[in-house]
Amino acid sequence: MALQIAESVSSEAATPSAYNPELEQIEIELLLEGIYQHYGFDFRSYAYASIRRRLWKRIEAEGLTTISGLQDQVLHNPPMMEKLLLDLSINVTSMFRDPGFYRVFREQVIPTLRTYPFIRVWHAGCATGEEVYSMAILLEEEGLYERSRIYATDINEVVLQKAKSGIFPLERMQEYTENYIAAGGKRAFSDYYTAKYGGALFSPGLTKNVVFSQHNLVTDRSFSEFNVILCRNVLIYFDKTLQSRVLTLFYDSLAMFGILALGSKESLRFSPYEECYEQINGPEKIYRKVR
Amino acid sequence: MISTSIVVVGASWGGLAALSRLIGDLPSDFDVPVAVVQHRSRHADNLLANLLQDATHLTVVDVEDKEPLLPGTVYVAPANYHMLVDNGHLSLTTDPLVRFSRPSIDVTFLSAADTYPSSTIGVILTGANDDGARGLRHIVDRGGRAVVQDPATAENPVMPNAAQRAVPEATIIALPAMAETLVRMVHPEKAKAAGGMK
Repeated sequence: MALQIAESVSSEAATPSAYNPELEQIEIELLLEGIYQHYGFDFRSYAYASIRRRLWKRIEAEGLTTISGLQDQVLHNPPMMEKLLLDLSINVTSMFRDPGFYRVFREQVIPTLRTYPFIRVWHAGCATGEEVYSMAILLEEEGLYERSRIYATDINEVVLQKAKSGIFPLERMQEYTENYIAAGGKRAFSDYYTAKYGGALFSPGLTKNVVFSQHNLVTDRSFSEFNVILCRNVLIYFDKTLQSRVLTLFYDSLAMFGILALGSKESLRFSPYEECYEQINGPEKIYRKVR
Repeated sequence: MISTSIVVVGASWGGLAALSRLIGDLPSDFDVPVAVVQHRSRHADNLLANLLQDATHLTVVDVEDKEPLLPGTVYVAPANYHMLVDNGHLSLTTDPLVRFSRPSIDVTFLSAADTYPSSTIGVILTGANDDGARGLRHIVDRGGRAVVQDPATAENPVMPNAAQRAVPEATIIALPAMAETLVRMVHPEKAKAAGGMK
């Protein structure tokens, strides 16, 4: 009897009652707990709907059918964990994403930075580095690159290697060029790269003052004091609890009057730090630490 | 009686006029959240939210990450992000384009169906591609309900046609009667009281 029921449930047009979101959540929590205990990667406070989507993409790609099935694979088959680690930890970005952000940064943040003898920038969750190169180009064009140091960090070694290589897909260059122009770029975007190795190789001079290093926003502490912290479209992948923990880390890592730049659709709204910053004019989420 | 947790609406080509009409026709006591995904340029600003706000007494929100879901509020997916329905809130991602689109209607619809199975209503309006068809199918498979703009009356029939093919059991309705249909689906008891129940 029980067998029969199980069979009818798994037959193709699943009845509505076959899907139980509470049960799915239990499975996901067990999987993430297992990954944490066995491998040490902590995804337990990642945004639920987004991690669920990424898990199911992996499940489908592997021809599996349940979260528990994936758990079996992940715990007993380390290469599967490597694949899943990439699935869960890579955030996609592009050069000069949200050109308006770079325009405002140029017009309203650069003048302050100009008054500093040395500028320390932390690019937290830099992924494959597109935005690191964007900021390096901007600082270079404003004549500030020589006295800047950019610390570009990510949890994932693989993406850091990619970022370091300075090679980006050639087919994205048209989009990036449009972004660059809209962002107020002062030269020809093609001045910054040469077509090489089947991709666009960016000028090594752009990473001369960049330190790429592994850092985990979930578990690691502050490692210096910065004038600018860029963390755009990374917090969206975290739940509210982890978001406020990371905002504490940023607050502790910023010099007074330092700049915190978040993604255009992220904000300090409802965070305990709302009162500690003032927002720079306009729709962009650029904040100055004032207390 | 089936309660409704969320109405998700997808539109593409011609969507601006269709959305203004649909959202504008919803009564001010429409008390479930409405999440709207309209394809547009990755550089688009909050113009869409402003236009919709001009058309309705409901509150229109240009969505930010972890936006709480409130009844009687219209949520507009921002350009260049996917919008996911999570328990009690919306979250955003910059995950890769899904079949050339970000926001993707399918992404929002799938997440709505997984978060609120059997209490999601999916609506597909005018558009020139088949985004949303897969998501609408998933909503119905999970026990939710589907509404599709009558392709004959859509500015571009491709998207409603695709949705109708994927979900033959969807309610097909012309735009002018759509808000009323949604009210009936969301508040069968009110429609009954008013004698408007079919």
